[in-house]
Amino acid sequence: MTAISSTDRATAREASIAVAEARARARLRRRYALVIGLRLAILIVFLGLWELGADYNFIDPFFFSSPSGIWQQIWSWVTEGTSQGPLWLQMYVTLEETFLGFVIGALGGIAAGIILGRNRLLADVFSIYIKIANSVPRVVLGSVFIIALGLGMASKVALAVVMVFFVVFANAFQGVREADRAMIANARILGASPWQITTTVIIPSAMSWILASLHVSFGFALVGAVVGEFLGAKQGMGLLISTAQGAFNANGVFAAMIILAVMALVVEFIITRFENYVVKWRPAPFNEQGA
Amino acid sequence: MQLQSMAAEKLSPAAPPADAAIAIDDVTLRFVTPDGHMMTAIRDFTMTVARGEFACVVGPTGCGKSTTLNLVTGLLRPTTGNVRVMGNPVTDISRDIGFVFQADALFPWRSVIDNVAAGPLYRGTPKAEALERARDWIARVGLARFEKHYPHQLSGGMRKRVALAQTFINQPKILLMDEPFSALDMQTRTAMQDELLGLWSEQKSSVVFVTHDLEEAVALADKVYVLTAGPGTVKSVYRIDLPRPRVMADIRYDPKFIEIAKVIWNDLREEVQLGQSRGLQTGH
Repeated sequence: MTAISSTDRATAREASIAVAEARARARLRRRYALVIGLRLAILIVFLGLWELGADYNFIDPFFFSSPSGIWQQIWSWVTEGTSQGPLWLQMYVTLEETFLGFVIGALGGIAAGIILGRNRLLADVFSIYIKIANSVPRVVLGSVFIIALGLGMASKVALAVVMVFFVVFANAFQGVREADRAMIANARILGASPWQITTTVIIPSAMSWILASLHVSFGFALVGAVVGEFLGAKQGMGLLISTAQGAFNANGVFAAMIILAVMALVVEFIITRFENYVVKWRPAPFNEQGA
Repeated sequence: MQLQSMAAEKLSPAAPPADAAIAIDDVTLRFVTPDGHMMTAIRDFTMTVARGEFACVVGPTGCGKSTTLNLVTGLLRPTTGNVRVMGNPVTDISRDIGFVFQADALFPWRSVIDNVAAGPLYRGTPKAEALERARDWIARVGLARFEKHYPHQLSGGMRKRVALAQTFINQPKILLMDEPFSALDMQTRTAMQDELLGLWSEQKSSVVFVTHDLEEAVALADKVYVLTAGPGTVKSVYRIDLPRPRVMADIRYDPKFIEIAKVIWNDLREEVQLGQSRGLQTGH
């Protein structure tokens, strides 16, 4: 008797747990759907108001464009090409400059950050110069690079490099300085040489700092490349913007801006994937989906 | 003084013999603080640990307990006096030394097995052999199922087990421990103390174990050094003649243990009070 009733109770308990779990899952799904739905709604309302405002002339489409105008511009660039050649070529040129500048600037920043972070004398000597160099508005260097390196790719890459270098350097330096002292002492006592400490303790522990800076600095590299093209170029998205600006073509400016934003988002996604791969040892962060 | 028993024999500090595992002879250590003042961390400090002996150092906070360990590793150099390890003057970090830290000093980006294999790998052991030995040590501390886990996936007690395996895999002749279990809860700490005594009795290493917990010191040690409030020096040394093997969960109810702890506490108490009143004055 008692045995039967206790198994009955156990099955009942399991059933009620299953029900509770299903309910919790349904709640999570609903919340996820709600978040996505609200995001879409905000986008639609924003674009809709913009479009309507432009139609009824609350917003002057000559200056501030309109979603449909931007879309037509992008479509004509895609199908007919731009005044300077096919759209994909402009995107490719800008991306190439951005990538080269990003990679060179980031590697240089990481190397400099680690060397100065590991050597107190060098850090004390150079810190003042880095502060000065960092406070110079670096975009202005774009003009210098155009004069020195010409209208080609080199001047844009150089500008992207200086934009990226200081951000990555500052983070790498800080990351090296914040490396846990107990961990370094532990490695030393376990038998690590200074070089082994740098490669197996310092660099991994500075990695989260460095990766954080890569997110920001890719945007900076893009700004460097686009501004460089702005100042003088034969190809690229920046030139496209400056041509559109010269022709009072607000649609063109907005369209180029949106294409750049999409490019930045795609690369940002790739960097995030890379980051998750590199720091898979980290506890999972709360993710923004709330799922 | 009627409490003074045979179990806690008070020793008179003497010049260390030549064959001691660790010999700290009349050492004074002064620092220059960042604002340019001299600060004495420890003064006239003499301590001897025989081979295979388990020594504990207790004292009030800030009395230089951890400093004594760093003198043995060579991370700090004495201003006067000398430190010898296994009969040789300390010049660099000795390969014979193992160190277990108070803080979590595991490498969070390495899995358990890679953490434990770190020592042999740093010292040039081929990878396959290092991993083999690491596996063996992980099994010995009871974490065989967790080889591939990362430190953040383990509990505090499990991380300490990894730290012990990481240290013991180098088979240190000298084992230095800086309040290694102070962050653990009571049950875990007791288990870890048993674990440590087990490993120590197999390895026959000489241990210096720093703690602020007098009962822990008495339970573990052959010899307890009581330090004065900073600048630290040795106030007294007690030999603890409790029989081994000791079981941590039971020993604290042993009347002999209680008696010894009382004797040493009477000695330590005034230093602790002194240390605290100073801490309040200087605002630490």
